[in-house]
Amino acid sequence: MSGSRSTGAGAAKGAATMSDRPADVRIHDFKEVDSGLSAAEAIAEAERCLQCKKPFCIKGCPVCIDIPAFIREVADGNFPAAARALKEQNMLPAICGRVCPQETQCEGVCILGNKETAIRIGAIERFVADRERENGAELPEVARPTGKRVAVVGSGPAGLTAAAELARAGHAVTIFESLHEAGGVLAYGIPAFRLPKDVVNAEIDQVLALGVRLKKNHLVGRSVSVDELLGYDAVFLGTGAGLPAFMCIPGENLNGVYSANEFLTRVNLMRADAFPESDTPVLHATRVAVIGGGNVAMDAARVARRQGAKVSLIYRRGEEEMPARRAEVLHAKEEGIEFLTCTNPIRILGEQHVTGVECVKMSLCGIDASGRRSPEPIEGSEFTLDVDMVVQAIGTSPNPLLVSLIPGLERARKGNVVVDENGRTSIPHVYAGGDIATGAATVIEAMGSAKRAAAAINAMLKGE
Amino acid sequence: MKCSDAPRRYDRPAPSGVKQLYKVESATRLADRVYEYWICAPQVAQHARAGQFLIVRLHDAGERIPLTISAVRGDAVRVIFMTVGKTTEELATLRAGDRIKDVVGPLGKPSDIENYGTCCVIGGGVGIASTPLIAKELKNAGNYVIGIIGARSADLLMLEDELREVCDELHITTDDGSKGVHGFAADVLKKLLAERTIDRVWIIGPAIMMKVTAGVTAPYGVKTYVSLNPIMVDGTGMCGSCRVTVGGETKFACVDGPEFDAHQVDFNELMQRQRIYTGQEKVSLERFAEHRCRCSEGGGHHE
Ligand SMILES: Cc1cc2nc3c(=O)[nH]c(=O)nc-3n(C[C@H](O)[C@H](O)[C@H](O)COP(=O)(O)OP(=O)(O)OC[C@H]3O[C@@H](n4cnc5c(N)ncnc54)[C@H](O)[C@@H]3O)c2cc1C
Ligand SMILES: Cc1cc2nc3c(=O)[nH]c(=O)nc-3n(C[C@H](O)[C@H](O)[C@H](O)COP(=O)(O)OP(=O)(O)OC[C@H]3O[C@@H](n4cnc5c(N)ncnc54)[C@H](O)[C@@H]3O)c2cc1C
Ligand code: SF4
Ligand code: SF4
Ligand code: FES
Repeated sequence: MSGSRSTGAGAAKGAATMSDRPADVRIHDFKEVDSGLSAAEAIAEAERCLQCKKPFCIKGCPVCIDIPAFIREVADGNFPAAARALKEQNMLPAICGRVCPQETQCEGVCILGNKETAIRIGAIERFVADRERENGAELPEVARPTGKRVAVVGSGPAGLTAAAELARAGHAVTIFESLHEAGGVLAYGIPAFRLPKDVVNAEIDQVLALGVRLKKNHLVGRSVSVDELLGYDAVFLGTGAGLPAFMCIPGENLNGVYSANEFLTRVNLMRADAFPESDTPVLHATRVAVIGGGNVAMDAARVARRQGAKVSLIYRRGEEEMPARRAEVLHAKEEGIEFLTCTNPIRILGEQHVTGVECVKMSLCGIDASGRRSPEPIEGSEFTLDVDMVVQAIGTSPNPLLVSLIPGLERARKGNVVVDENGRTSIPHVYAGGDIATGAATVIEAMGSAKRAAAAINAMLKGE
Repeated sequence: MKCSDAPRRYDRPAPSGVKQLYKVESATRLADRVYEYWICAPQVAQHARAGQFLIVRLHDAGERIPLTISAVRGDAVRVIFMTVGKTTEELATLRAGDRIKDVVGPLGKPSDIENYGTCCVIGGGVGIASTPLIAKELKNAGNYVIGIIGARSADLLMLEDELREVCDELHITTDDGSKGVHGFAADVLKKLLAERTIDRVWIIGPAIMMKVTAGVTAPYGVKTYVSLNPIMVDGTGMCGSCRVTVGGETKFACVDGPEFDAHQVDFNELMQRQRIYTGQEKVSLERFAEHRCRCSEGGGHHE
């Protein structure tokens, strides 16, 4: 039976934790699910770290945080020093501590993971960052002004990281952001119950405090011309992979069918959960089908759940193939989301408004190019799920708007900007990083690539 | 008590980043429920082209709503809007000197302007707002430009003088015959098409008007553009709220449009999708109206 399986076995790594608020309470609000570690818990967890001579964990962190060093400071109760060590490599620790897929990053390679449980690096990181935010943050040093101007397009994790690194190196950095709020997916995509907005804003404010200028409501390519952009001494493109994919099945444009981006943006960025206190509406449904198996699908499902709906998640592969963070899969299940795995939607039903989804069961056979078992429809297994809302979370692709307007900028078939390992594009002073270069990935991958690009930009501007 | 205190929270500093507020330079009532606003938004004004729009968000709790860029003067842009719901009603309470929290633009692709020969630009109702820039750019490109503007009645007509200046000829229609031709823009267009060659047609107005009027040019095979007005959120291509079906394909009106080949557009789907939030919009508007009543003398400040 490869259908909906229980999770028992997978629960060890990245499991939902003791500090979580109970599911039956939290599905009624948007407050944070995980309330985090106390100082005593953080110290106890830090004390378990072996302080390895050859720490694997660092290799698992795309921004190369000196993990044993900051953990040792925590074990010693020296939290400000821990924060300093963290921010040497990562300006957004409170965010990363919450949303990094640690089980496949730092914690996935922690030596202790082999025998007992890996150190909860993310949770400690979050504790340190939260503690610092509550007690007033220290700013890293900023080099003397170099007189060079750098434009950063997009204020997601990639843009913020590049901006912070370049500002610290003394360059005059301007971030252009098309939306009315900074943060990219951190602001419009990831819901507050996983990533509270005051946490995001506080870390953005720290980046701005380095002297970075932020110009919101500026869509580069439209409000700023490509010529103006290319007039900067260097350009970093961090425009993300925000273009939602649709499945191209019948009924997709019925009322009540959303892309996850739209559904989440209405709620997270536009505060539609507070309608009519806030002006942007979102539909409220009684039965919702969410299509997909990634972080985005989990978030959409859990938001719909918080609006009181009964939610079914439809995923065409098995649960173990789901790309979502393990903890979020478990959280979703705890919150009562029904998992219909090995199931694929083939048609959305309804006259004007959606009334159901026709699905087919899938069998998993062979291994496809992505190394996962490839699904095949099982003939005669069609069934209909009655729903009054459908959210499609089947992926996004790189934002074409700006990059298609820059002449000579090389792009790959999937629309992502082609870069070398240092973020260099086909245009000499233009660099790119994050989802626009890699396709939809993770916050920390976006930050890692932005850091490498920033280092290369810095070297170029210094004429090295 | 001052009426406008509650809904106006523009002075609160933005939580992150610099305070960016956009000043209303002037606010004029043009007709019943129709207003003309000039808003200072340099980054929009400096780059705006015919056919493009902007998005405003009045305050932190506000909705993002798209409005066509109707004219540009220095750092200011003009929008002309009709009050149909909460946000447009609230916008209409602003006076010169007031500030709008967010303005982003220009958005969308500019109109396809070239020297085609003879072009006809048609505006229906508040859609007339979009016509001056298109007519002007067409004229500058060397076209003979025919304007047709239509409204329910004479008092809802607008921009007549401005259009006379940029169009080689201007036709006026009213549904009730109170001015110009008694009838619809489609009737005038039908007559023109029977008499002479028209190379390109632009139609901007309510969806149903665009559908009907586009039906007139179809038999003549004249390439016709309509500017679609689906519900939008970001206006930058990342949500898909604005998706429309054109030639059997899904397009995002905010980045692939808003202008599309009229003969390929699925208007019925557009109209269906415009009604997604009818229920909530009513709640929102009623709440706002109630709030305004409570603080009495709501309107009346547009001289
Ligand atoms: C719902 C959801 C949940 C996720 N959950 C997780 C998670 O738990 N853990 C994890 O690691 N990752 C997660 N991800 C993925 C992660 O958020 C992204 O990989 C990451 O945000 C990419 O960062 P970025 O800076 O490249 O792009 P983005 O965050 O997409 O930011 C791009 C920014 O650029 C702006 N922009 C685009 N074009 C222009 C232009 N022309 N001019 C000006 N501004 C422009 C956009 O408005 C946006 O603000 C999730 C993604 C989503 C959608
Ligand atoms: C590209 C474009 C250009 C436009 N230009 C103009 C213009 O120049 N002048 C003008 O008067 N109107 C214009 N509109 C329509 C205008 O955006 C709507 O009238 C406005 O959003 C209504 O908001 P509301 O809160 O007042 O009304 P609501 O009560 O919220 O809605 C009334 C109707 O307006 C439409 N609407 C609602 N919310 C949105 C939204 N976020 N985006 C788009 N449509 C929405 C819906 O079809 C709805 O039925 C344009 C729309 C688009 C897409
Ligand atoms: S930033 Fe992410 S990957 Fe790096 S140490 Fe922190 S939680 Fe682990
Ligand atoms: S690998 Fe694990 S135990 Fe070793 S230093 Fe890193 S966190 Fe500590
Ligand atoms: S309004 Fe969001 S994609 Fe067009």
